[in-house]
Amino acid sequence: MQIIRHAKIVSDHWTHVADGPIPSEGCISVSFARWKNQRTELLSRVDDLGLRVSSEDPIEEVTEDLDRFQMIGLDFPVFTDGRLFSVARTLRDHYGYQGEIRAMGGFIRDQIFFLSRVGVDSFEMEEGSDLDGALSALDDFSVSYQISSEVRN
Amino acid sequence: MYQYNEVDQALVEQRVAQFRDQTRRFLDGNLTEDQFRPLRLMNGLYLQTHAPMLRIAIPYGLLSSEQLRMLAQITREYDKGYAHFTTRQNIQLNWPALERVPDILADLASVQMHAIQTSGNCIRNVTSDPLAGIAADELEDPRPYCEIIRQWSTLHPEFAFLPRKFKIAVSGASSDRAATQVHDIGLHLVQSSRGETGFEVLVGGGLGRTPIIGQVIRPFLEKKHLISYLEAILRVYNRLGRRDNKYRARIKITVRETGLDKFRELVEAEWIRIRGSMEVEVERYEEMRAYFSMPAYKEAAEPHQALQENQNQDAEFATWLRYNTTEHKVPGYSAVYLSLKAPDAPPGDITESQLDTVATLADQYSFGQVRTTHRQNLVLADVRQSELFDLWQKLVSLNLATPNIGTLHDMICCPGLDFCSLANAGSIEIAAEINKVFDDIDYLQDLGDIKINISGCMNGCGHQSVGHIGILGVDKKGVEWYQITLGGSSHNEAAIGKRLGPAVSKAKLVDTLSRILHVYTDNRTTDEPFLDTVNRIGIQPFKERVYANH
Repeated sequence: MQIIRHAKIVSDHWTHVADGPIPSEGCISVSFARWKNQRTELLSRVDDLGLRVSSEDPIEEVTEDLDRFQMIGLDFPVFTDGRLFSVARTLRDHYGYQGEIRAMGGFIRDQIFFLSRVGVDSFEMEEGSDLDGALSALDDFSVSYQISSEVRN
Repeated sequence: MYQYNEVDQALVEQRVAQFRDQTRRFLDGNLTEDQFRPLRLMNGLYLQTHAPMLRIAIPYGLLSSEQLRMLAQITREYDKGYAHFTTRQNIQLNWPALERVPDILADLASVQMHAIQTSGNCIRNVTSDPLAGIAADELEDPRPYCEIIRQWSTLHPEFAFLPRKFKIAVSGASSDRAATQVHDIGLHLVQSSRGETGFEVLVGGGLGRTPIIGQVIRPFLEKKHLISYLEAILRVYNRLGRRDNKYRARIKITVRETGLDKFRELVEAEWIRIRGSMEVEVERYEEMRAYFSMPAYKEAAEPHQALQENQNQDAEFATWLRYNTTEHKVPGYSAVYLSLKAPDAPPGDITESQLDTVATLADQYSFGQVRTTHRQNLVLADVRQSELFDLWQKLVSLNLATPNIGTLHDMICCPGLDFCSLANAGSIEIAAEINKVFDDIDYLQDLGDIKINISGCMNGCGHQSVGHIGILGVDKKGVEWYQITLGGSSHNEAAIGKRLGPAVSKAKLVDTLSRILHVYTDNRTTDEPFLDTVNRIGIQPFKERVYANH
């Protein structure tokens, strides 16, 4: 599928694994719970690993492991749940996480500007979304009052 | 007052463009109602009983005459020729058409105004003391800090989707005229033992269904850390605040459920981590202070003599002077309250022609500025005492000189069932009824300082729980009833009112008030205000009288 990464529309190479078997090859993301339960098995894989975090997951418990993830997906249960905005900022500014932070799940286009300001650098919209419109939302504002954790390149 | 630079102007204009696009996508069916709701609320737009309601921000209650004229024009062009001032110093339009709201916002942006974050689960418009900069009891003018907070909170990317709304108020005076203790964060300018000025920080106050008085989370915060400390509180709240129940989502509940000490520990840990990178520089404060410097006051030329003569000649003027003006730190000047509580008008309402004329009076008498107050009145803050008599005559002809500031008629009142889709009961008609029955001005003046606050539902926009007398509209099987509380206050001695007993019917409400007032006048000692009597004798004597024959 197509996603927005670093302010461009690009093809995605990640597979989000739910409860099924873990593929031996390819870039996959797993849920927070699965990472906690199958850490050793997941670490034995060669290809890139991503972590999907929901609003209630205590990221403080995996801070030692952050450099093992090439991608952290912030999985919005609903777009009005703003906890993951603070999670993104904490990952970037507190833990110094430099990998990809992806918004996924229930977020909407009107949040993209704010999400990019707190450090989210890729956006996986619902299938069939207007990606050009979403891309333009990155530039809803040319000015801001606050400090930024933005990553565009 | 603060003047927008290019960044400020670009920001409000881009917000107008963004909202225009959001409205268009909603009307085209590309945004669902559920998606549009939080987005429009974040721009002050409610969909109400009869029409949308648009709440326009008046940062810390300060308006220029140019802005007032624009508000007058907007109420003429897009609404029905009147508007309503709120307890948080903002102004509301009751009849705008949804598709024209973007045009209203564009007109507002042309005079450095907006509706950003006047509703929704985000950081709301910051409020302050209507006598800021002129009060004799002031340590320091709070408005420069308010403006810095306004900018920090405006479109803050991390805090646009909080668990619930978030309100901040700042006071720089020893008398709290900004209800800071019933805000999510209250800031008081205070002096440390070393003579340094900083902030006492309160957290977790709030009204609504579960009214709670704020608690001190930090007794003294250095000014340079103002923004980092606010940011730390908001970050902890954003992650910790409950999302499962909107009636448990305010920070007051987070603090209560977490415990103040534990909450403070979390905030301070975050704050210590971020404060180094977020200091507000001294130069920034100085630059901001310059926007709020004192206007060019004239030397006082024996104003008191003329004033005394006018008072002697005109008893009505003397009464107005006593109730509707207050002292100013500069000799020869007074602050003048414009009462929006005329007995024949809905509390807090103003017409387009009044708005226009007030703008003219502001230019003529008060350096072109007007303030809005928490109790839904207006203030001309810098009037020469020698001009008070002229101004009074003009205000009389505008119906803005009812001498009732601080009296029973100076009620806080929400729009109620007449306008609001949340309301269970009418509130404006209750205020009108109270005005009609208690119409003897001598009696009102004898009663002195009594704050009646009325809300049409338990969401509490009329702040009933901190009224000396609180009146709360409740629905009982489709009939409007009223719950009464006594002894509340949002002033320095902040307290939540105690429930008098079972709700009373609409027909018996005024009689009930009458009984309450009689208990007061029967029991008060010389010059004892209503609230003091309630606190001294307790609620029981009131209860006995009210429910005796009901």
